Amino acid sequence: MPLNIDVQQILLHWMNLAILAGGLYFLLYKPVKQFMEKREAYYRGLEETAAGKLEEAEQARLAYQAKLDGADAEIREARAKAQQAAQQAADSQIAQAQEQAQQIVTKARAEAEQSRERALRESQRELRELAAAAAMKLASKPGTDPFDQFLNLAEGGKAHEGR
Amino acid sequence: MNHRKRVLVLWLAEILLLLAGALLAGPPIRAESVQEAMRDAVLHDINQVSLFGLKEVNPGLVSAFLVTVALLVLAAWIHVFVIPRFQYVPGKLQLVLEEVVGLFDRMAKTNSPHRNGFLGVYLFSAGAYIFVGTLFELLGVQAVAARGHPVTLPAPLSDVNAAIALGCLSYLIILSGGIAGNGTGGIKRTLKEFSLPISMSFRLFGALLSGLLVTELVYYYVHLSFVLPVVVGVLFTLLHALIQTYVLTMLTALYYGEVSEPAHRKGGQ
Repeated sequence: MPLNIDVQQILLHWMNLAILAGGLYFLLYKPVKQFMEKREAYYRGLEETAAGKLEEAEQARLAYQAKLDGADAEIREARAKAQQAAQQAADSQIAQAQEQAQQIVTKARAEAEQSRERALRESQRELRELAAAAAMKLASKPGTDPFDQFLNLAEGGKAHEGR
Repeated sequence: MNHRKRVLVLWLAEILLLLAGALLAGPPIRAESVQEAMRDAVLHDINQVSLFGLKEVNPGLVSAFLVTVALLVLAAWIHVFVIPRFQYVPGKLQLVLEEVVGLFDRMAKTNSPHRNGFLGVYLFSAGAYIFVGTLFELLGVQAVAARGHPVTLPAPLSDVNAAIALGCLSYLIILSGGIAGNGTGGIKRTLKEFSLPISMSFRLFGALLSGLLVTELVYYYVHLSFVLPVVVGVLFTLLHALIQTYVLTMLTALYYGEVSEPAHRKGGQ
């Protein structure tokens, strides 16, 4: 054949290439590739573990953040409740004090009224006693018109009061 | 005179002595003319090597077997002594191995996202074969031709049969990807690229052969055997080993990905 092409030698070359490909595959290519895949899987596992841990940490952070937010709300609520309770207590005390003051004023008024009435009654009684005493004196003094005596006494009494 | 200067003088004296010896010795008695050497480098029809006494074959086939044996021995050594000691934080050798395997694996996955398990293995094997096979010519391993002449074993892919084998095998791998991915549609897609096995085969053959011819030419004349081989023999070989490895594996991956991609159904499903 031209160029010394020999089919038999081509077939021998093919056989040689087949042996080479098979041998290199089993001795070198496959084990090296397996090792590379194993290492890739190892590092992928590490990466996934790290990602999982990051995810867990993020979840924990979010949970704690939510708890913190909840605590803030609880604090605000408790503060509002305390303020409300204090306000109520203060209002109650003010109302109580006002009631007490009202009672004291009422009582004082009543007592003042009673004192006034008592003084009025005392003065009326004293007036009656004075009038009775004067009448007795007049009545007991002979020769004197009792009415005139009374008037004299009364005028004398005024003069005495005016001094 | 300190130690470093003494070493330098000895080194220069050695170079001058070798140069003088080579020039005084003159050209060797040639078993073949440069024309014959060039023709044999292309056709391999003169200096054939006996394969275990069964058949006379091109020296490239022997090179291919030697490269395969070397690669498999190296792979076995790595399998037994290196891979069990792999660490999650890799050392230098582990890093190199992982990078080489990862390179072809990524190439397969990038170019053929739908179906790439077998493609990665093939690209790795073909890449290792082309790269190591091309560098093999630097070793200058000697064999005895059937006619009794010494012959330097060339890079396997400078043999047209090896290049055709690898090009056609790559095409068949692409075809298998098309069938696995798209059934008969994949076959049609692959057959559209009917020139692919030829272009792949002869690209490899041409690239490797050109390197071989230049190297043969350089080594044929003793006067060119100083300094120049460092560039021609080492740097060019290394460069085209890298380039050819990349080109064939990349083309195979590209076409494989193209024919194995599932056909889009009408209606946007």
